[in-house]
Amino acid sequence: MTETNDVRETARLDVDALLDSPRTRIVVCCGAGGVGKTTTAAALGLRAAERGRRAVVITVDPARRLAQSMGLAELDNTPRPVPLPETARGSLHAMMLDMKRTFDEVVKEHADPERARQILANPFYQTLSTSFSGTQEYMAMEKLGQLRQSDEWDLIVVDTPPSRSALDFLDAPERLGRFLDGKLIRFLSTPASGAFRLLGAGFNVVSSVVGKIVGAQFLADLRSFVSAFDTVFGGFQERAERTYRLLQTPGTAFVVVAVPDTDAMREASYFVDRLAQESMPLAGLVINRTHPLPSGPGARLGSAEALAAAGDLAEAGTHPLAVAALRLHAERVRTHERETRLRARLLSAHRGVRVSEVAARPEDVHDLAGLRGIGSALAGEAGQTGEGTRRREGDGTGQEDH
Amino acid sequence: MNDREQGPRTSGPGAAFAGARLHIVTGKGGTGKTTAATALALSLASRGGRVLLVEVEGRQGVATLLGSPALPYEEREMISAPNGGSVHVLAADAEAALLEYLEMFYGMRRAGQALTRLGAVDFATTIAPGLRDVLLTGKATEAVRRRAGGRRRSTDTPADAPFHYGAVVMDAPPTGRIAQFLNVNSEVAGLARVGPIRNHADRVMEVIRSEQTRVHFVTLLEEMPAQETRDGIAEIRGMGLDVGAVVVNMVSPPLLDGAGLAAAAAGELDTAELAAGLKAARLDTARTGEHEALAADLAEEVRAHALRHLLEERVRGELEGLGRPLVELPRLEGGVDRDALSHLARGFAEQGAGQ
Repeated sequence: MTETNDVRETARLDVDALLDSPRTRIVVCCGAGGVGKTTTAAALGLRAAERGRRAVVITVDPARRLAQSMGLAELDNTPRPVPLPETARGSLHAMMLDMKRTFDEVVKEHADPERARQILANPFYQTLSTSFSGTQEYMAMEKLGQLRQSDEWDLIVVDTPPSRSALDFLDAPERLGRFLDGKLIRFLSTPASGAFRLLGAGFNVVSSVVGKIVGAQFLADLRSFVSAFDTVFGGFQERAERTYRLLQTPGTAFVVVAVPDTDAMREASYFVDRLAQESMPLAGLVINRTHPLPSGPGARLGSAEALAAAGDLAEAGTHPLAVAALRLHAERVRTHERETRLRARLLSAHRGVRVSEVAARPEDVHDLAGLRGIGSALAGEAGQTGEGTRRREGDGTGQEDH
Repeated sequence: MNDREQGPRTSGPGAAFAGARLHIVTGKGGTGKTTAATALALSLASRGGRVLLVEVEGRQGVATLLGSPALPYEEREMISAPNGGSVHVLAADAEAALLEYLEMFYGMRRAGQALTRLGAVDFATTIAPGLRDVLLTGKATEAVRRRAGGRRRSTDTPADAPFHYGAVVMDAPPTGRIAQFLNVNSEVAGLARVGPIRNHADRVMEVIRSEQTRVHFVTLLEEMPAQETRDGIAEIRGMGLDVGAVVVNMVSPPLLDGAGLAAAAAGELDTAELAAGLKAARLDTARTGEHEALAADLAEEVRAHALRHLLEERVRGELEGLGRPLVELPRLEGGVDRDALSHLARGFAEQGAGQ
């Protein structure tokens, strides 16, 4: 039995219920860089597949090792089947987003062949499709929309891009849309239009400054790009809005991923707020790489007592192994206490957020077995998941106060 | 050409820093890049000079680290160092840099304001990340070239005046984006083939390519950050830039000797001896009969520690194989405060940055 010195119990994120429910169609993993988002997404996809879903994982930036761990030589813009053991009840596909190719496909779909050719060849388009900050995020959403529409999968797990700030991923589609549809782009590209009169004398200055900074060729490329792109424009906006609305539906579940350090937890907290503002459904928080205490009497041995005992033994010059083990345990207890404080701080600001913790492992994930291990830890099967963390039924609603 | 010939000329632990005035610090997310950059700046300033720490990602990471409110776009003295040195911090911002650039080179203050109103600055720096990058790297390289007595344009002051800053440290974008970020020339070339921005990019690139500039990689003794470090170093070398040190952050020493670690990792820890030790320690927690169970708990912790340490040793070996000096910084208990920063700065100084 767990002792209850934690007054506020943490509600456990029931990963299996989330993955098993046929109503769950999209799971979006988001969080700061370096917190294990991609691994979490892959582990969720695998677990869902083995429990009977037809799942696909979209990843944006996998380490090569991740592709290998799923038994794939490479990931390209097409979902590739991941070979699963025969016991798996469902199926798993994985793909890595190629943002340029996704962008090209959208252009080809919306423009006639001649116009599409013009757009694709424009140097401005090439910059936009490869390095516009936000294109990757936008295209991840686009791809998500496409896969959802195809209905070939009943669960899509998305790993969001490693953004400068985690929020870019929600803002980028809008920013790109605003840019493409913006006044400025029209006004730079059609200098003879009525925009002149409306904007007054300031315009000449602006136009000359822009020309001066970026060179006249840039403006020429931009003009031809915009006139060709005009026709596919509306389509872009519409698609972005559709995907955005899709993210707000109950079939979508956001999983915020973090590690127990101050920065990542702060970012996670920010993200939880932001999802609420945007009416995006939050399933819960995954905290990776935690340091739970042992399940036996070790859980009751505090750091001060362990250190004092280690000191006594060291002074007596006996039992060096016990000295090392006690010091190590003291360190672990302190780490665990720090992590518990960080979690409590986040949960006191966000009542009722459900949490799943995955204990730190000595080695990185190399294969499906490793991913499966992460998956069962996510589902709470791996034994200890941190004290005070246990399932609490039926109180995940109506918690937010505005 | 072998690696040694590609790197800076001198060898030894100081080679990663010797002669450098622009230190670009990159690393995978979560490796403690900002902390390492700040500690390096403090270490360099501890020789008595003035050092500028430039932050380019708009995250206010330095302010957070120092527990100060968000920093404005100005070079502000934030930390005083031993021997009269000081660390100044600039939270660089692409928009502000663009406006400053326009004013400085064209006297176009009003035009700049008109641009802001129209959203043109947002437009220009968003549509062309290359432009954003060149403005940010431009701020750092300008500070590198700036001489005492004059502001900004080096032509205003005699060429033999001492430099305003002894060194500039940049808390740069993460490893995955660092090559693109520093390759301002080719980024801008795609957009502006001629014109002032292009010239500006060329001048920035000149500093970045020179021997005064080193790119340092922050990593942990973990597989993924080490892999990114390896890839990043290859990219940076491919661009003809000098790689400085590999900064191994958050290193904790093993609590067992080699033989003990090997035994623990193999699951052959002497739990009977451990239990005897715990009994001898007369722990309150371990009441009669619980020694064995407690020993089993602790043995499991020791095994995880040993496995982790063996993995770290393997990763360290791989990092050593990269041919650049390793600078090791200890894991800090609790947060990073001023004392901790000084401790890390001394670590840098003792491992080459102090020469």
